[in-house]
Amino acid sequence: MRVQFRIWRQNGPGDANAGFKEYPLQADEHMSLLEALDLLNAELIRKGETPVAFEHDCREGICGACSLVVNGVPHGPRSATTTCQIHMREFREGETIVLEPWRARPFPVIKDLVVDRSAFDRIMSAGGYVSVRAGAAPDANAIPIGQPTAERAFDFAACIGCGACVAACPNASAMLFVGAKVAHLAILPQGKVERTRRVGRMVERMDTEGFGGCSNHGECEAVCPKSISLDAIALLNRELVRAAVVED
Amino acid sequence: MQLDAKIPAGPLREKWDRHRFELKLVNPANKRRFRIAVVGTGLAGASAAASLAELGYDVDCFCIQDSPRRAHSIAAQGGINAAKNYQNDGDSIWRLFYDTIKGGDFRAREANVYRLAQISVDIIDHCVAQGVPFAREYGGLLDNRSFGGAQVSRTFYARGQTGQQLLLGAYSALMRMVDAGKVAMYPRHEMLDLVVIDGHARGLVTRNLVDGTIRSWAADAVVLCTGGYGNVFYLSTNAKASNVTAAYRCYKRGAGFGNPCFTQIHPTCIPQRGEYQSKLTLMSESLRNDGRVWVPRKPGMGEVDPASIPEADRYYYLEERYPSFGNLVPRDVASRAAKKVCDDGLGVGPEVLGQRNAVYLDFGDSIRRLGQDAIAQRYGNLFEMYERITAVSPYKAPMQIYPAVHYTMGGLWVDYNLMSTIPGLHVLGEANFSDHGANRLGASALMQGLADGYFVIPYTLGHFLASSHRGKIDTSHPEFARVEGECRDRTKRLLSLRGKRPVDDLHRELGHIMWDHCGMARNPEGLRKALGLIPELRERFWREAAVPGAGEELNPWLEHAGRVADFLEFGELMCRDALERDESCGGHFREDHQTKDGEAVRDDERFCHAAVWEYQGDDRPAVRHVEPLAFENVKLSTRSYK
Repeated sequence: MRVQFRIWRQNGPGDANAGFKEYPLQADEHMSLLEALDLLNAELIRKGETPVAFEHDCREGICGACSLVVNGVPHGPRSATTTCQIHMREFREGETIVLEPWRARPFPVIKDLVVDRSAFDRIMSAGGYVSVRAGAAPDANAIPIGQPTAERAFDFAACIGCGACVAACPNASAMLFVGAKVAHLAILPQGKVERTRRVGRMVERMDTEGFGGCSNHGECEAVCPKSISLDAIALLNRELVRAAVVED
Repeated sequence: MQLDAKIPAGPLREKWDRHRFELKLVNPANKRRFRIAVVGTGLAGASAAASLAELGYDVDCFCIQDSPRRAHSIAAQGGINAAKNYQNDGDSIWRLFYDTIKGGDFRAREANVYRLAQISVDIIDHCVAQGVPFAREYGGLLDNRSFGGAQVSRTFYARGQTGQQLLLGAYSALMRMVDAGKVAMYPRHEMLDLVVIDGHARGLVTRNLVDGTIRSWAADAVVLCTGGYGNVFYLSTNAKASNVTAAYRCYKRGAGFGNPCFTQIHPTCIPQRGEYQSKLTLMSESLRNDGRVWVPRKPGMGEVDPASIPEADRYYYLEERYPSFGNLVPRDVASRAAKKVCDDGLGVGPEVLGQRNAVYLDFGDSIRRLGQDAIAQRYGNLFEMYERITAVSPYKAPMQIYPAVHYTMGGLWVDYNLMSTIPGLHVLGEANFSDHGANRLGASALMQGLADGYFVIPYTLGHFLASSHRGKIDTSHPEFARVEGECRDRTKRLLSLRGKRPVDDLHRELGHIMWDHCGMARNPEGLRKALGLIPELRERFWREAAVPGAGEELNPWLEHAGRVADFLEFGELMCRDALERDESCGGHFREDHQTKDGEAVRDDERFCHAAVWEYQGDDRPAVRHVEPLAFENVKLSTRSYK
């Protein structure tokens, strides 16, 4: 199949000449979108042109590295699916496919379609953990956790940290990401001990990094490749209120 | 090269306890005077960096990904073994030890494997305490399943995302230590070389992948946790960036490389669709519990609609050849059987390079017997994943599967303390050669990575620092400048490659050579052929490759070129190892060592040892050393699944 790629090119963070460039490509409908980009890059290299930088690693939807806005939608046309799991058969013959990087101030562009998401790690280091030393744990079955509770915690723990939620939000809010971790740990008995300190510090860090607040657009939930629900944000707000009134 | 495994004396059950008592300790107040470099942040690296920092050491931690959370451990699906015996079904530390030794076809050290089984129970406790959401029963206790043909249910799992959840647990422990100021985290940093001074590992050289800066780091010890080398085959289930470079650089600085030819091929992956394919995706082994594997009996039926092929014309080759284990034979046996039927022209699926390399995994019978709902409950997410990739629903048509390279048991040789032949260089997780012998059992990789990082290195590294440490050094030592210079020259040389061929092309070519001659089945003639083809390809790489861009910027093509250049040398070492190991064992199947039924034949007289390769310079062949394996507690037996 023949498609036209329209790809954001940017040579470093402050590139004044950044902009879209068009590339025609003869692809196979069974290729993944990233394989089509591999093919395009191979052609560009053969022609002595500069290939397109994009982020990817596991290519099976779990590492969270891939991060393309495809035709205006983070991770592209298929719901609950990462960029790397999109195949060319999702597009029409002759279609123009627009590829852009995540766009959000806290995620500066490094090159072309690659952005810097280290703000997420800094938020996680502000409390996205349970303080337990190796060697200090009680027997794993010492604290029974009801299956529904465990499953609910899991739904939030499934976050892959890709940042699509931020890219989709008009406010560049990271509340779904932060809420997912806060909810995962607040639901489980192991995480409850530090819940007050955790939520305050993570939210403070989120604000310092320049992420916006939530105004209930719901775009984050719609693009989340792991279907993390807006409940994460509700739980985050509840934890914040709780932290304001309850002392641990 | 001295290969002293330093296995503690005493009965197997007491070795680790005694050893822990005999290990020297570092005074708590002195720990912060030591700086440890941890390379890689998968299960082994993240857990090692976190637990060393918890003890009080200062840790510099490096990874090539943009975040430590993305290391490839994240992709492990099935589960993690532990001898908890929560099911009361007869499991024990001894049984897990025995299964692992036997599964590895008696090519691993008894003492290491026993320790692994002992530690397995602590891992589960620790991960649960971190908030890892393992599957639970309705009563709230942890659930287990039987996995990979084990006769007891000892596998703990977290949906199909066990690796992800365990890695996020280790990552959270790591971030906690970043928060505490004890770990300095350097993502997007690639280790280019090891710095060895007076025979000791004293630091490393990295390239900052964003701005290209090449710089040195001094350390009192280096802990290498950089994973496996499956991408030498180009197509594998590994992540695209997984590579051998850090381990191979250490080998070139004097670290012995153990059993490089031991690779694992996983039987149930989605087959290659075309030449453009960039990676292979694994489908969980659990599918074989309810799926029946078959191909058409007659050749040339690859394009015929499977629904129209009558029962009598279907060849259920695993059930026919292995009546007692059937579709549940171990990974290596299932993989080889699939290759055989495809090589015999019975394969189905897309034709790639003139052969159809796929077999059917058919759920039709199970759906008829149990109903679609029951099957959906067991495998719904896997079926969805399969349909997303192939656009075919396994409810309506059989899956097509084929084996793919999945894990590498070989790696840098380490002693019982996980130290390589270079004092001060420790190697953990898939990057070392230690615990899986010639074949790894399902759900054991996660166990080993975390055992090494949480519960072995915190003890053994302290002993090294307390007993063999050689005083402070910093990067002003001339050796750092020298190694840095070599890294710069090599980078410059790669960037000067202005040929016409993308590095990906050449990598694919290497993959074909390795898969054809050093893959699921090997023979001396093919291996000798590969040993001729690889140097020739390597020579062409340095002539024909095109490496675009500059050194002082984000340049994924430069990164890839450096890794492929190392694979082009390492592939040769693998083939030599496979040629010299003149027997079949585990994942290493030599066609010239099989029974008339096609089963592997080990040679315990001549090969009951680990082969350890010592680098001699680019112009001289590596030398093969041997660490004999003594089995004092188990009897060497022949695996049989008939």
